[in-house]
Amino acid sequence: MHNPQLDKDGRLKHLLSIEGLPKKILNQILDTAESFVGVAEREVKKVPLLRGKTVCNLFFENSTRTRTTFEIAAKRLSADVISLNVGTSSQSKGETILDTVDNLIAMHADMFVVRHSQSGAAHFIAKHVPDHIHVINAGDGRHSHPTQGLLDVFTIRKYKPELHNLKVAIVGDVLHSRVARSEIHALTTLGVPEVRVIAPKTLLPAHVEKLGVQVFLDMKSGLKDVDVVMMLRLQNERMNGALLPSAQEYFKTYGLTQDKLNLAKPDAIVLHPGPMNRGVEIDSSVADGAQSVILPQVTYGIAIRMAVMAILAGGTGHASHGQTNQDTAS
Amino acid sequence: MTTPSHPLPNAENLLRALAQKLAPLLQDNTALVGIHSGGVWLMQRLQELLKDTIAAKGIEIGSLDVSFYRDDYAKRGLKPENRPSQIPFDVDNKHIILIDDVFYTGRTTRAALNELFDYGRPASVTLVALINRGGRELPIAPQIVAAELPLESHQNLQLIQNNDGTLSLELINHTPKTYA
Repeated sequence: MHNPQLDKDGRLKHLLSIEGLPKKILNQILDTAESFVGVAEREVKKVPLLRGKTVCNLFFENSTRTRTTFEIAAKRLSADVISLNVGTSSQSKGETILDTVDNLIAMHADMFVVRHSQSGAAHFIAKHVPDHIHVINAGDGRHSHPTQGLLDVFTIRKYKPELHNLKVAIVGDVLHSRVARSEIHALTTLGVPEVRVIAPKTLLPAHVEKLGVQVFLDMKSGLKDVDVVMMLRLQNERMNGALLPSAQEYFKTYGLTQDKLNLAKPDAIVLHPGPMNRGVEIDSSVADGAQSVILPQVTYGIAIRMAVMAILAGGTGHASHGQTNQDTAS
Repeated sequence: MTTPSHPLPNAENLLRALAQKLAPLLQDNTALVGIHSGGVWLMQRLQELLKDTIAAKGIEIGSLDVSFYRDDYAKRGLKPENRPSQIPFDVDNKHIILIDDVFYTGRTTRAALNELFDYGRPASVTLVALINRGGRELPIAPQIVAAELPLESHQNLQLIQNNDGTLSLELINHTPKTYA
């Protein structure tokens, strides 16, 4: 089957979802991000890879953290960055997505980072753009948020390098979460043997176990002996419908407190993609506690986004990727 | 494909010759920086051979992977295997000895210099290579080499790290090939 994310030589051309990406490419992104972590700790935090390239952040849906980290990542690669909050510009005047994209291509954009409330928006743009232009999905509807999934597994790998020995629990609103979907695909592709989801039935998609996860309806059994707890954000708008009784009730049952975290392994780590609802899905003492790696996630998010952009933007020439020795000669 | 057209020097002999030439350069405030991969292997062996001086003078050790600074990125993309550079000391005012295995076009050195200067402003940089194979394309040349071995452009000289940690050289003759 044709995978729109890969070119004919199997190289990454767009990053649209983790689903369908081979383990080799996921590892290439993670390993490259490892090199970029060091760059951020230097006097000069920039490398010249994307000098002369223009990266367009196209955010049809709001997001401060994702947009900011993509912007920092592009700037640390020396790209020029334009961040468009499309909701507030031409779209509100009636321009179609593809017209917006075409106009930016006419301005010589080289890469698009796309966030949209509709699932499939990034695929749609990727199908439309000419060959030399790359598209990164920064979150589309309930479908996918690949760089978040990658930065989460990168963070896990930093603290727990033995991925093939881990038990990981994903807790919360799996139903509406593109983050959860990306995390599940990343973890299972990389060989994590036990991925659990813990949520009330109303927040679980039908047939979620087909993604290769074990389903738990309560924290007590679900968190037992896990190495990693990945919390999901509970979107406030879900609270008013029939899905959940109240924030207080949710916190009591599914909110991560230290007491519940103590069911996991003593050295378990806690992740959250942000923004956090303190006192709803996570207790402040856990969010700020010794087992929390929530702020390192943000730092590593920049390295992951740099790695993805660097892998996408290079090698637009026709040379094959299989390097001969001559290529690397000094 | 491997057909050595003339006898290759013994890498271990060259290594010892290089260590002798390098020893007088190891002064206070000096750091050794190997360029991945061959330069790092070479540096590790030099560290063993010069370990007393290195300890006495407090010589710092680092490594560079120049993947993010290569001038062929736009054409060839990022190498799939790249590693973090490690410069665990303050580069400012250090005398840096940059170590590469085989000096050829000078482009790797250019990339390494650019990366190094993103860490700080060294007092000086000296380039050391095991072999200068000729064919430089930039106004850059190693100050210290163990051997000069002029080769044709379709030939590729590679440093190999054997399982026991010793080094050897391999010459590969490519069918002349042009890149678009």
